[in-house]
Amino acid sequence: MEVEEEQRETTTNKVMCLLTDPEGTPLGAPVYLPQNAGPQQLQQMVNKLLNNEEKLPYAFYVSDQELLVPLGTYLEKNKVSVEKVLSIIYQPQAVFRIRSVNRCSATIAGHTEAVLSVAFSPDGQHLASGSGDTTVRLWDLNTQTPQFTCTGHRNWVLCIAWSPDGKHLVSGSKAGELQCWDPQTGKPSGNPLMGHKKWITGISWEPVHLNAPCRRFVSASKDGDARIWDISLKKCVICLSGHTLAVTCVKWGGDGVIYTGSQDCTIKVWETTQGKLIKELKGHGHWINSLALSTEYVLRTGAFDHTGKKYSSPEEMKRVALERYNKMKGNGPERLVSGSDDFTMFLWEPFVSKHPKTRMTGHQQLVNHVYFSPDGQWVASASFDKSVKLWNGATGQFIAAFRGHVGPVYQISWSADSRLLLSGSKDSTLKVWDIRTRKLKQDLPGHADEVYAVDWSPDGEKVASGGKDRVLKLWMG
Amino acid sequence: MPQGDYIELHRKRHGYRLDHFERKRKKEAREVHKRSEYAQKALGIKGKMFAKKRYAEKAQMKKTLAMHEESSTRRKVDDDVHEGAVPAYLLDRENTTRAKVLSNTIKQKRKEKAGKWEVPLPKVRPVAEDEMFKVIRTGKRKTKQWKRMITKATFVGPGFTRKPPKYERFIRPSGLRFSKAHVTHPELKCTFNLEIIGVKKNPNGPMYTSLGVMTKGTVIEVNVSELGLVTPAGKVVWGKYAQVTNDPENDGCINAVLLV
Repeated sequence: MEVEEEQRETTTNKVMCLLTDPEGTPLGAPVYLPQNAGPQQLQQMVNKLLNNEEKLPYAFYVSDQELLVPLGTYLEKNKVSVEKVLSIIYQPQAVFRIRSVNRCSATIAGHTEAVLSVAFSPDGQHLASGSGDTTVRLWDLNTQTPQFTCTGHRNWVLCIAWSPDGKHLVSGSKAGELQCWDPQTGKPSGNPLMGHKKWITGISWEPVHLNAPCRRFVSASKDGDARIWDISLKKCVICLSGHTLAVTCVKWGGDGVIYTGSQDCTIKVWETTQGKLIKELKGHGHWINSLALSTEYVLRTGAFDHTGKKYSSPEEMKRVALERYNKMKGNGPERLVSGSDDFTMFLWEPFVSKHPKTRMTGHQQLVNHVYFSPDGQWVASASFDKSVKLWNGATGQFIAAFRGHVGPVYQISWSADSRLLLSGSKDSTLKVWDIRTRKLKQDLPGHADEVYAVDWSPDGEKVASGGKDRVLKLWMG
Repeated sequence: MPQGDYIELHRKRHGYRLDHFERKRKKEAREVHKRSEYAQKALGIKGKMFAKKRYAEKAQMKKTLAMHEESSTRRKVDDDVHEGAVPAYLLDRENTTRAKVLSNTIKQKRKEKAGKWEVPLPKVRPVAEDEMFKVIRTGKRKTKQWKRMITKATFVGPGFTRKPPKYERFIRPSGLRFSKAHVTHPELKCTFNLEIIGVKKNPNGPMYTSLGVMTKGTVIEVNVSELGLVTPAGKVVWGKYAQVTNDPENDGCINAVLLV
């Protein structure tokens, strides 16, 4: 009897563990945990130690590998010594879980030329698409039919952007003009804004927590300058010139600075009150194709989140948006990732230093699109070498490559809970990748030609994609 | 004093004739008709020389008119909406295959006229057996004549092993064995070097198909995974048929056209 008891005691060995949060601060002192403790027990512990009212889900990582099995099996598999303190990093996961889309619920024709850009409004109620037939079309999501056709541009509509409060839609065209539309009626609100001399390459709105209601946005153009426009004054307030070649990408950061990436291999950081250049980030060897900010998703959705709550006054929206932004940002500085034609990406912390933090190499062709996950934990990059790569959002370390496409991958989009990643490619298919298992979750064929633009709605219900075959496809779970 | 000077001197002293300017104007107006009459009547070498001069004048006039017309318009140039819209990230890039399809319509029309891309080759010259096979004499006295050597290009496959030499009737020389073909896509107008998977049908007979002989008009199956083609259902296409368009034994390479 005693022998048996002894045997049972020795089988449940203990190991010394220290729980740390993603930024490195430890949660309490190192504790002895039994080796048969798995992720659920650790989750209960963390919830108790943090005094959370609701049981929030967490994912645990030991040396960058996710902990899915009890501690004992993990230690045996990796032969980790029991004598040292095991550091376990916990990451809060989204409370809600988005279902993967797996079928095309509607194929809506309407555009007479290729669909060049697709965007959901921040509250997920409206869908807009810009096309080569010079129109912007608004689609009704409930009936999945066309709602409004907005004509007025003189040449292809290259970029569209919703304001974070969902009240305005701005589109930029190949003729260098910008037009603001009212999404409720589909009519233009004002005359086209002229000023750029060549086509528009990107549009970004000022975050709602800096200024509500949304008034200003910045547009980047091939002629090498970025302009800040005011919707209520209907004119260009500041012109940010300095780049010698085309500005390919522009993002308005959460701290009130503007980042512009250009074909002259530099990224410039501007301040927004007077339009002065703050910093210049050099390092790339070729054109910069895409920029991504760690808080980008929160800035895009503003005060709206997965609960679908509507806000009545701009002040309330501003307050809620500021709360969400601060929660997302945490204590660390804002991070910026830039993808370039020189096949590499850089991770920058612009407020800390003007030198890059990490160089992310590995792609064999140019990187076309980089995107931070909504919780800022991962960075995904789409490249013309037919692969999508996943990197750690804080350190820039390579984690996994998703292969499956047979043509260059053009655009990617995250689901709102950061568990699923969607990619659209030249080979006319869309693919949904699962981040936890690091494998292909769903293959979405159906387009007849190249897929130029994809977007996942912020409420996670629908995916919209458009491409060269001129139809807009809506996918549902 | 030269003759012209006398005329000038008289004009200075006495002025012009009363009808001088009217006559001058009318004579100049008649010049156009006279020119046209001359152009139509002049024969032989004179006619040719005049026609050449007149053509050069016309071309020059057209150019100057076009130039003047350009400067009179104040609007910005390139205002037309072109076809083939691409998103902003693809605008400065040359997408070679697709761009060729969209912009080289003239090349395509020329090729269509010449009938070079007619696929499949409907008529093929039949190949006689004595052209296809060469009789090999074997045996101690070189009297046995049952072996044949194939004189055309063949495909054998990666796992091919010869039959024991004593028993093999058809010899496929390794110099005439090909594993890759230059396959042209008829719509993209690009040629790729693709691996042959197998010989599907030789129009000269089923025996040649089984031997793997590739002559002009043979339908072969090639590995197209590097083209990145996808079926509407989403599956990746990795094998397609192509038809041989040249005589491989004369050229040393196999040129084929993809059957789409």
